[in-house]
Amino acid sequence: MTESITIRGKLRYQLAVNVAGRLTLAFRRRRNERKTARPGWSRDVLAPPLKLSARMKELMSRHYLGGRYANGAKKVAWVTSGAPIEILKALGFYILYPENHAALCGARRKTVEIASEAENAGYSRDICSYARTDIGAVLSGKTPVGRLPRPDVLLACTNICQTVLYWYRVLADYFKVPLILIDTPFIYEEAHAHDVAYVKRQLEDMIPAAEKIAGKKLSFKRLKEVVRFSREASFLWLEVLDRAKHRPSPITAFDGFIHMAPIVDLRGEPVVIDLYRQLLKEIDVRISKGIGAVKHEKKRLLWDNLPIWFKLRKMAQTFAGYGANVVAATYTYAWGELAPMMDETRPLESAAQTYLHPLLNQGTGHKLESMQKMVREFSLDGVVLHSDRSCKPYSLGQIDQRDYFVNHAGIPALLLEADHNDPRSYSDQQAENRIAAFMEILEDSSNAD
Amino acid sequence: MKALAALGIDVGSSTCKIVGVDESGELIWHLLEQADPRAEDQVQRFLKAAEQKFGPLKAVPFVATGYGRKLVKDAAKNITEISCHAKGVYHELQKPGTLVDIGGQDSKVIVIGAGGRVVDFAMNDKCAAGTGRFLENTAGRLHVPLEALGKTALSADREETISSTCTVFAESEIISLVAHGVAVEPILKGLHRSLVSRIVAMIRSVGLVSPLMLSGGVARNEAMRKLLEEETGEKVHLPQYPQLMGAYGAALIGLKNG
Ligand code: SF4
Repeated sequence: MTESITIRGKLRYQLAVNVAGRLTLAFRRRRNERKTARPGWSRDVLAPPLKLSARMKELMSRHYLGGRYANGAKKVAWVTSGAPIEILKALGFYILYPENHAALCGARRKTVEIASEAENAGYSRDICSYARTDIGAVLSGKTPVGRLPRPDVLLACTNICQTVLYWYRVLADYFKVPLILIDTPFIYEEAHAHDVAYVKRQLEDMIPAAEKIAGKKLSFKRLKEVVRFSREASFLWLEVLDRAKHRPSPITAFDGFIHMAPIVDLRGEPVVIDLYRQLLKEIDVRISKGIGAVKHEKKRLLWDNLPIWFKLRKMAQTFAGYGANVVAATYTYAWGELAPMMDETRPLESAAQTYLHPLLNQGTGHKLESMQKMVREFSLDGVVLHSDRSCKPYSLGQIDQRDYFVNHAGIPALLLEADHNDPRSYSDQQAENRIAAFMEILEDSSNAD
Repeated sequence: MKALAALGIDVGSSTCKIVGVDESGELIWHLLEQADPRAEDQVQRFLKAAEQKFGPLKAVPFVATGYGRKLVKDAAKNITEISCHAKGVYHELQKPGTLVDIGGQDSKVIVIGAGGRVVDFAMNDKCAAGTGRFLENTAGRLHVPLEALGKTALSADREETISSTCTVFAESEIISLVAHGVAVEPILKGLHRSLVSRIVAMIRSVGLVSPLMLSGGVARNEAMRKLLEEETGEKVHLPQYPQLMGAYGAALIGLKNG
C-alpha cells in the first residue's frame, strides 16, 4: 500500500524538514565546525578533519530527515547505488539508497544488531551485509536515522551485482510495490551498440511506469537539467579525488569514503555541486600551505574495494601511524570516472552508456588496468586489496590482481580479509598484524632501492 | 662464555621464546616455555634469567615479535613475526626461498628475497584447520602424545581420507572412524595430509620459490615434512631450532640496528 500525497503531508514536510530541521541542523553544523578535536582523532599523525565534513553531515542529515517525512509529501523510490535515477529525480521522487543507509548503520556500529534481525528471519550470513542490514532494518524498523520512508516504487539495476536482484524482489514482496528492473549486460571487453540500445529501451519503458506512480508527466527539459547537474557534480568529484596526486596528498581515501555520500545519494541536485566546489577550495588551501592529510607522508597506497565502514577512522590512523597515506581508492573513483559519458543533449542514450560501465559491470582485467593507471598517476608505492567477505563481485579477481602487482610490477600488495559492514568477519588484531607486516615490506623495499 | 650482543623475544600464542646472539649473530642462548596467560610476567622472568646469565642488559638491543609483542614494554622495537622469521631463517640457511611457518594460532608462507627481505606473504589466521592446533586437538582425541604424532602417522601402511577441513568437524569424523574400528595410524596420516593440503594451497597462492623451508613448532613433526615434500615435490630444509626462528630473527634485527 502506498501513501498518497496530501496537503497535510506536504505541510508537515515543509515544517519538519525545511523549517525546524534546517534550523536545528544548521545550528548543529556550526557547533561541529567550532570543534577542533574529535574523539579518537590522533593529531600526531593526521591533519585535523576537513572542515567541510560538518556541512556534508548537515546535508546528509537533512536528506535522511526528508526521508522521515517523505511519505505523504513526495513519492518515494528505493534504488540500488548504480541505478539510473535521473528520470526519477526529474519526476520529483524522494530517493533512498538502502546501500548508503546500510553503510551509515555500519559507520555508527549498528549493523550487527540490525542485520541479526534479518538473520533471525532466515537470511543467511553469506548474503551481502548491505542486504542483511537493509532487510533487518525493514523487518524491525531499527535505524539510526529515525525512520525510513515506505517506498512507492523500487528501482534495481544489475550493473553492480546480482544480489540486488533478489534483495529487491524481497523488498517488492514485503512492501507490495512495483519493482522496476534495469538489466545491464556484463561488459567483457567493450559495450556493443545493441547493449546500449537494450538498456536505453528499458529506460524508455521505465518512463511511463514511473510517470504513473508519480502522477505526472516527465519533463525532458527538467531531465536534461538533472543530467547536467549529475555530470557537473561527477566531474567535480573527480577533481576532488585527483587532488590526491599532490605530494603530500591533502586528502586520504578515507576522506573520500566519507565525502562520497552526496555524489551517490544526491547526484542530480545542485547542492552537491556547491558542496564539492567548497571542498575543492578547502583542499586547495591545504595544497597551497603544503599541508598533508597524513602528517609525515612517506608511502602512498591504493585501496581496492569498499571501505570497512565500521573501522574507517581506525584504518586511517593505523596507516598514518606508519607514515602511509592511502591516497586513492578504486571505489571512490568509480563515482567520478563515468562523468564524461553523461550528456544532457542525449539524456537516455548517454544514461544507457553510463550505467553500463560501472567498474563492477566490467571484466576484472578492466579493474586491473584502472588500478595500474592509478598506481602510475598517483605515484603509489603499494596496494591494499580489501577482500570483502560480502562483496563477491568486487573481490573476485583480487588474487590475480595482487599477483600481478607483486610478481610482475614489483609493487608490494596486501590482501586484507574483512567485510565492509559486518564486524563479525573482522579481527582488529589480525588486521593490524597484516598491515604491520606489509608496512615492514614497504619499508624494506625502499631501503633496498 | 660468548658475550651477549642482542636479545630477541617471541611472544607467541602457544609458546614464548627468548634468544640471545653474540656479535657474529650466532645463537648462544635461549629459553622456551609454554605461553603464560600473564605474558608480561613471563617476559620479566625471561629477562631476569638473561640478566643472571649475562649480567646487566641495559646496553643490549632487545626486539620483540609474536602476537604479544606489544606487551613487551622493555623492547626497543617490535617487529612482526613475518619479518623476524624471514631474517632468522635466512641468516641460518643463507638462501632466499619460500618459508612455511606453522604455528599454534596461524600459519604463514613467506617468500624470502635477497638479504632476508620479505618479498610477499600469505597468512591463514581465519581457520584453526590450517594451524598446529588442528593436530594438537585431534592428537588429544586419539591419546597420542604430541611428539609421537608424526612418527605414528608415518608408520601407517594406508591412509584414511579426512574429508573435513574444519577442526571441530574433523574431530567428530575421527570419533566415528575410531568407532568403526579403524586403527589410529591411517587416521593420523589422513589428518596430516589434510593440513598439508591447506598449506600447499597457500604456498601456491604466493608462488613457490625454491628451496622450501619450514619453521615453527610443527616443523619438528616428521610426517608434516614428508608429506609436504610429497605434495610439492620439493625437499624441505629445516633450521636447527625451527621454533626459535622468530625470536632469533628479532635478535638479529636488534643486532643490526644496534
Ligand atoms: S554484493 Fe557488493 S555490489 Fe552487491 S550490494 Fe553488496 S556490496 Fe553492493
